[in-house]
Amino acid sequence: MIKLNLACGTAVMLLAWAPYVQAKDVAIAAGEGAQMRLQEALIMAEPGDTLVLDAGKFVLSDGLSLDVDGVTIRGAGMDRTVLDFTGQMDAGEGLLVTSDGVTLRDFALENPKGDGIKSKGADNIVYHRVRVTWTGGPSASNGAYGIYPVESTNVLIDGVKVSGASDAGIYVGQSSKITVRNSIAEANVAGIEIENSRDALVENNMAVRNTGGILVFDLPNLPVMGGGNVILRRNLVVDNDTANFAPPGNIVASIRRGTGILVMANDGVLIEDNVLSNNPTAHVMVIAYTQPYEDERYNPFARNVVVGENAFGRGGDDPQMGGAEMLVAAFGGALPPVMWDGVSQGDTGLTVSEGVTGWSLNLAKPGQDPATGQPAPLDVPQPGYSFDTASVGAPAELEARLTS
Amino acid sequence: MRPRNVLLVLAAASLGAAALAAPLAAPRAVNDIAVSQTPLPGKLSDFGFFADPLRQFPSSGVTAYRLNTPLYSDGAEKLRFLYLPEGTSAGSDGEGLLVLPVGAALIKTFAFGEGDDRRLIETRVLLHRADGWTALPYRWNDAQTEATLAIAGGRVNLTTPEGEAISYRVPNKNQCKECHGVGGEVIPIGPKARNLSTAWLQGMVTSGHLDRVPSGSDKLPVWEHRSDAEAASVARAYLDVNCAHCHRPGATASNSGLDLRWEQDDPQALGIGKRPVAAGRGSGGLLFDVVPGKSGESILAHRMKSLEPGVAMPELGKSTVDKDGVAAVEQWIREMPSR
Repeated sequence: MIKLNLACGTAVMLLAWAPYVQAKDVAIAAGEGAQMRLQEALIMAEPGDTLVLDAGKFVLSDGLSLDVDGVTIRGAGMDRTVLDFTGQMDAGEGLLVTSDGVTLRDFALENPKGDGIKSKGADNIVYHRVRVTWTGGPSASNGAYGIYPVESTNVLIDGVKVSGASDAGIYVGQSSKITVRNSIAEANVAGIEIENSRDALVENNMAVRNTGGILVFDLPNLPVMGGGNVILRRNLVVDNDTANFAPPGNIVASIRRGTGILVMANDGVLIEDNVLSNNPTAHVMVIAYTQPYEDERYNPFARNVVVGENAFGRGGDDPQMGGAEMLVAAFGGALPPVMWDGVSQGDTGLTVSEGVTGWSLNLAKPGQDPATGQPAPLDVPQPGYSFDTASVGAPAELEARLTS
Repeated sequence: MRPRNVLLVLAAASLGAAALAAPLAAPRAVNDIAVSQTPLPGKLSDFGFFADPLRQFPSSGVTAYRLNTPLYSDGAEKLRFLYLPEGTSAGSDGEGLLVLPVGAALIKTFAFGEGDDRRLIETRVLLHRADGWTALPYRWNDAQTEATLAIAGGRVNLTTPEGEAISYRVPNKNQCKECHGVGGEVIPIGPKARNLSTAWLQGMVTSGHLDRVPSGSDKLPVWEHRSDAEAASVARAYLDVNCAHCHRPGATASNSGLDLRWEQDDPQALGIGKRPVAAGRGSGGLLFDVVPGKSGESILAHRMKSLEPGVAMPELGKSTVDKDGVAAVEQWIREMPSR
């Protein structure tokens, strides 16, 4: 049964200034008929409503979707309210959100057949303390993305946890004004991926035991390109040594096991104050787009990438690349923390803070065979490019929803 | 009470009186209030689209039509109708969608079984209201006497014409929009002039329901006669009708960059040599959407042939593989010259 818990008159008066004066809570219990009851509540919700999911396991047969603005879905906690998609028969994701101003918090999805939560064209969205888990651990048969906002403006992802995604745990695509923080991405192919997106802040996250920890990409032939203005700071990027289990054909299938942070074809990426340890291929890799493409609008170069001060632990000691043994031997047992392909567009190439060491393949152009490179210690200028911290991240008003 | 609401109450009252006076409970004329005003009519009979619902005989003002190349839905027989309120008519807009007035409705019933064994499963309605189109699914009861609003969709066990026992999916209201949405608005998909026969369009003109036969009408091949048409034309028509409502700019799968509309002629947009973006395991280990000459290496065909959620395309309304559709697309890819 759907219970309507209307706020009392006093509360309504107090909240009269709020945009949704008739907002109500709708409680939904786990158990028999969860699919129909939950989906019906999602459809019948009105702007401002909160769907309160009780603790328990909601066994679902089909994907869910929300298309009403300003709705909150709130569970009893990411370990207490579980949407179980193990028996899912239909749809490409567990939960699809296509409306603006939505808040998703304090619940979990397990074993969605495709993606976990996809929010498409859903502006001003907050994901808070949501968990997406493929419970069988890394497997190519797991779904692709755990948390998947795309084509959206103003995205706040805070305190989420994703593991087992066969592509990216937290994937933000073709979006702008993004914050991903305080989250854990564990045992995915890519932990956190910012793709074809602008103005992203990725901070205070843990990316552990993925194939690659944090990726910043721009890809061709997409409606939205020109990714950049991204800051990655104060993240723990550790032990990313899981063998790549992505199905071939996807871009992340090319990620080398043991990659900490990878920047490919972007404009303006700052990497600083992170802790990187035990990433056996490279702590930081900066490269141009490697594949052939046909798209005049696309820029394949990594431009204005800045590696500031970071804490680099052990790493680069088992690189997954051709000639690894010779390279490791040449560098005295482990590659230095920053790997660059050497490909730059004019003078917009990689810069690093004083004391940051690395090596370069010294390639001349995008797509050049790495085997034809001339590996040598990194020799690049110190940063002159400046980042405007205020220009990255989700707007402050999204934060207010975390405390409400 | 605002004047509009007063009018509504009066209108409802007069309708109620009319219904009491009529010999049958179900109205034989279409209820324009239900079509354009009632937020969520609970029963299909509320609309009065059918003089004989079981036999699917339409009421006055409701015209049956077919599409040259139809959307595949697990082999369901589909009965399509267009309702135009009295005194209104549709307009033509080249080869694209007919321009339907506010108050119009599109009705599509899904049925399985032949002759006396035919079972009506669901009827989907698209209502053109002052604030845009509304899509609603109705599910038929076992007695076949009524279909009721299934806002959250549902599942029905049935056997397809091919003899497969399946769990057939009735879409929920949101899923209607997943296919019918462009730029956040719900729009019709089917009745585009290019996919309607000239004869039907001419009939609509003659009866005063359409301004003229649109230029560019009747371009898509008739599916049953596809062996007479070029493979590319058949496949492109199939992809347009079955895939392009999502795989086009502004629609559900816009972020894939794949645009399968009939009018698209950029090879990359059509998937030729295009790498997957967010396909995940849907790629099946293949590198490109379409590899000319090699259907077995083309993700497009691979996903059409799958029934696994997360891999299968289309994502919705598919419990069986459309073997004829796959054959048409595979033939197109096989005959495609290498680039």
